[in-house]
Amino acid sequence: MAGIKVFGHAASISTRRVLLTLHEKNLDFELVHVDLKDGEHKTESFLSHNPFGKVPAFEDGDLKLFESRAITQYIAPRYEGQGTNLLQPDSKNLAQYAIMAMGMQVEAHQFDPLASKLAWEHVFKLIYGLTTDQAVVAEEEAKLAKVLDVYEARLKEFKYLAGDTFTLTDLHHIPAVQYLLETPTKKLFTERPHVNKWVAEITKRPASQKILQ
Amino acid sequence: MASIKVHGVPMSTATMRVLAALYEKELEFELIPVDMRAGAHKQEPFLSLNPFGQIPALQDGDLTLFESRAITEYIGDEYSEKGEKLMCPGCNKVKALTKVWLNVEGQQFDPIASKIAFERIFKGMFGMTTDPAAVQELEGKLVRVLDIYEARLSKSEFLACDCFTLADLHHLPVIHYLMGTDSKALFESRPKVCEWVKKITARPAWAKVVDLQKQ
Repeated sequence: MAGIKVFGHAASISTRRVLLTLHEKNLDFELVHVDLKDGEHKTESFLSHNPFGKVPAFEDGDLKLFESRAITQYIAPRYEGQGTNLLQPDSKNLAQYAIMAMGMQVEAHQFDPLASKLAWEHVFKLIYGLTTDQAVVAEEEAKLAKVLDVYEARLKEFKYLAGDTFTLTDLHHIPAVQYLLETPTKKLFTERPHVNKWVAEITKRPASQKILQ
Repeated sequence: MASIKVHGVPMSTATMRVLAALYEKELEFELIPVDMRAGAHKQEPFLSLNPFGQIPALQDGDLTLFESRAITEYIGDEYSEKGEKLMCPGCNKVKALTKVWLNVEGQQFDPIASKIAFERIFKGMFGMTTDPAAVQELEGKLVRVLDIYEARLSKSEFLACDCFTLADLHHLPVIHYLMGTDSKALFESRPKVCEWVKKITARPAWAKVVDLQKQ
């Protein structure tokens, strides 16, 4: 059956980035479960979807993609008229687009490496029967605090990261933020008033609630 | 006076990424040096350009941007009619494939390759010593990525499609550094990767970026 397929795991941060986008756009799709614990992502069958052996992979008709942020950046303009607008209000304004793109790079290069490590230490390691390394947690939290200080200043000026409307830039953060809110790292978000408000806004969205089910 | 200003240094891989895009587009710009040794990038006035305290930052009229890969994307879009094409023309599908390989460079290649460059080259400049065990571990990861590149480049002239795009350009600075070290063997031993490296590093715009380092 043609249409949209996501090959991934419902608990995976990167898979959730794509699922969020699909829910925001009210798009029908099939989630094909990839058993990470069993190493299914390293099998020949999955590698034909993503040679890097990472979830998620994606199909829309005969278009095959991987890398969650490439997938979301395909969905948002492709289905521009539908559901939530995830681009800037004037999608043709290149300066506005660049500001959104810059925020997406910040998420990918400044925020996510730290947030993912912390989610790994606090949450995913335990699923695999490993123990949290508190020294790593302390080190990564110190770096994340500095990043969130920049976010605090930004969110004092603007309601969302790329301006006054919710965009892909904010969306890309949601899965990692949701995990960290369930851990001691939560304090880094709650002790910064504007970050705290932004976190509350983006996590209460119906799509954000759907991916937790 | 150029309306485009780049705040950075020619030695920095991220700055080089932006310079490459500007030269490909044949755009006038002013390169404003940032005194890294003095920590200028971690203080005002630079922090007003990039609050994360990293070079480069770009000003184009009253637009200020940071994050090299957002800057190059802006340059490619805003000046799409000038100089070389940096995105494949086409529909959502072609653009989507380009985004895939842009993300591959940023998420799969660069985290490993730039650490190798740091170990082999930049550590020495800062009076630190290369950690051979770290290099070995990193190279073990890089070869897996390059094997995937080899397979990809057997099916496609360049990474995203059959034209040179930002997805290829973004690799240039780190590859340039690694090709000056023993790590070059990893690229040279894979025929399609080797050919691709030769093609992209031979581009005239890239030669101009490298020249800036010699000044």
